[in-house]
Amino acid sequence: MQALYAQLLVGLINGSFYALLSLGLAVIFGMLNIINFAHGALYMMGAFVAYFLLNLGGINYWWALIIAPVIVGIFGMILERTMLQWLAGLDHLYGLLLTFGIALIVQGVFQNYFGSSGLPYSIPDQLKGGVNLGFMFLPIYRGWVVIFSLVVCLATWFLIEKTQLGAYLRAATENPTLVRAFGINVPRMITLTYGLGVGLAALAGVLSAPINQVRPLMGADLIIVVFAVVVIGGMGSIMGSIITGFALGVIEGLTKFFYPEASNTVVFVLMVVVLLVKPTGLTGRAA
Amino acid sequence: MSALTDDTLPVTPRAMRDEMIVFAVMAALLAVVPFTGIYPFFVMQALCFALLACAFNLLIGYGGLLSFGHAMFLGTAGYVSAHALKVWGLPPELGIVVGTAAAALLGLVTGYISIKRQGIYFSMITLALSQLLYFLYLQAPFTHGEDGIQGIPQGHLLGIFDLSKPIVLYYVVLVGFLAGFLLIYRTINSPFGEVLKSIRENEPRAISLGYKTDQYKLLAFILSGTLAGFAGSLKVFVAQNASLTDVHWSMSGEIVLMTLVGGLGTIFGPVVGAFVIIAMQQYLAGFGQWVTVIQGVIFVSCVLLFRRGLVGELAHLLRRSL
Repeated sequence: MQALYAQLLVGLINGSFYALLSLGLAVIFGMLNIINFAHGALYMMGAFVAYFLLNLGGINYWWALIIAPVIVGIFGMILERTMLQWLAGLDHLYGLLLTFGIALIVQGVFQNYFGSSGLPYSIPDQLKGGVNLGFMFLPIYRGWVVIFSLVVCLATWFLIEKTQLGAYLRAATENPTLVRAFGINVPRMITLTYGLGVGLAALAGVLSAPINQVRPLMGADLIIVVFAVVVIGGMGSIMGSIITGFALGVIEGLTKFFYPEASNTVVFVLMVVVLLVKPTGLTGRAA
Repeated sequence: MSALTDDTLPVTPRAMRDEMIVFAVMAALLAVVPFTGIYPFFVMQALCFALLACAFNLLIGYGGLLSFGHAMFLGTAGYVSAHALKVWGLPPELGIVVGTAAAALLGLVTGYISIKRQGIYFSMITLALSQLLYFLYLQAPFTHGEDGIQGIPQGHLLGIFDLSKPIVLYYVVLVGFLAGFLLIYRTINSPFGEVLKSIRENEPRAISLGYKTDQYKLLAFILSGTLAGFAGSLKVFVAQNASLTDVHWSMSGEIVLMTLVGGLGTIFGPVVGAFVIIAMQQYLAGFGQWVTVIQGVIFVSCVLLFRRGLVGELAHLLRRSL
C-alpha cells in the first residue's frame, strides 16, 4: 500500500504541473487566440532562473518563487510585444508555428550551454525532511508543491472569475472591439495576460526544480502531455483546466502502480477515448 | 478563419502548362544529378523528405489541416519496412508495400480520431498521437528501442535492380518521388481536391452545399499519411536503418519547417524547402545544438516576414501558380 500512496503523491505533483501549465495555456488562448507552444520552454526557463538566482546571486528558493515568474513573465511580454502581436487576425496555425520556433530557439540555446544532463537544485531547509502520516511517509517538499499549486490555481480562478480585472478580461475575450470602445486598453491587457500565463509556467518550473532537476529539455515532452490534457479538458473553462490537470496526474500515478508499462501513454490513450466518446472535450462547448 | 494562402489563383490551362514545364525541368535536373558529382546520398535523402513534405502539404496547403505528427507515418512505415526486409526477408518491393500499407492503416485510425476536432485542436491531437506511438515504439521489442533496426539488406528490386549500387538506388528513389509527386498533383487538381480547398476556405459553407466534409478530410488524411509512409519506406533503403529519431516530435517539426520555408499550399514549395533544410543540416552539422536554434529562427522569420515561403513569394512576383 505504501507504494500505491507514493505513486498517488507523484501523480498529484505531476497533476499540479499539468494544472498550472494548462491553466496558463487556457488563459492565453482565451485572450490571444494562440496555442503557446513555447510554454514548455518557458517552464524550463523558470527553473533555470531559480538555479541562476541561487548559484550566481545567492538568492534563495522563496525569493525565486516570486522573482523567477516575474523575470520570465517580462521575457514573455517582450515576446508578445515584438512578435506575437503581429499575428492578430491571421490563422491560429501561425501562432502555433511561431511559438514552436521560439521554443526551439530557447531550448537550443540552453542545450548549447548546459548540455542535456540535469543540474541539481536543493530543497530549501524549511521544507526538508518528511512526516509520517501513519499510512505513508510524506516528504514535506512534495506536500508543499501540491498545496501551493492548488492555492495558486484557485487564486488565478478567483482573479479571472470574481474580480473587476477578470471581468474586463473575460469581456475582452468575448468582444475586444467593444471593450476598447469603453476606454480599456485591450492591447496592454493582452500583453499582461500573456505575461500572467507565462509566469504561471515559470512558477511551475521553480516548483519542479528540486524534484526533477533543472534540464534544458524538461519542458519539451511535458508540453505535449499538457496539450493532451487541454484536448481532454477543453479550454473553455478555468476550473475545468484545474480539475482535469489534477485528475489526469492522479490517473497517471495510479497507472504507474498498477501497470507501469502504460504510464507514459495513459494520458494520450485517455485523450483518444474522450475524443471518441465526447469529441468536444469534457468541459468544452461545440466549436 | 482567414485563408492560409491569400492569393489563390484560378486553375487555368496556362497555369497547368506552366506547372508541367516546371515539373519537366525539375525531373530533368534531378535525372542528371548522378553525373554532376553531387553526393547522391544527400540528394536521395532530400528526395525522401521532399515527398514527405509534399504529402504533408496536401493536408495543410489544400485542406487547411496542420498535422504536427507526420513523423509517425515516416517512422511507422520505416520500422515495418525494415522489419519486413530484415526479419521476414521479404524482397524490396514487398517491403515497400508492407510499410506503406502500415502507414495507410495508421492514417485511417489516427485520421478518424483527429478529424473529430478542428483547427488548433487537430494539431494538438496529431502531436499527441505521434507521441503515443513514440512511446509504443520505445517499448516494443521489434524496434530495438534506442538502437533502432540497423544493417537492413537492400536487395534486388523486382529481382533485377541491385539497390546496393548507389546509382541504381538513386533512380529508384527518383522514380518513387516523381510518382508520388504526380499523384499529389493529380489529387489537388481533381474534383476531390477542389472540395478539399473549399473546406479549407469555408467548412460550414461546404457542409451546407451537401458535402460530407469529414469523409473528405479523412480521405485526404489517409492519402497524405500513405504517401508520407511511402517516403519513409524509400528512406529505409537510403539510410539502411530505422530509428526513434524518425518518430520523434522534432521530426514532425522539421517536416512543418520544410513546407513552411518552401511555401504552404504551393506545388513545388515543399520540394524546395526540403532541399534547403536538408542542405542546411548537412553544412551546419558541426555546429551542434545551434542547428536547432537556427531552425527556430527560420520558423520565426518565416511566420513574421515571409509567410508565402520561397516558392510562394516567387509565384506572387510572377503572378503564376507554382
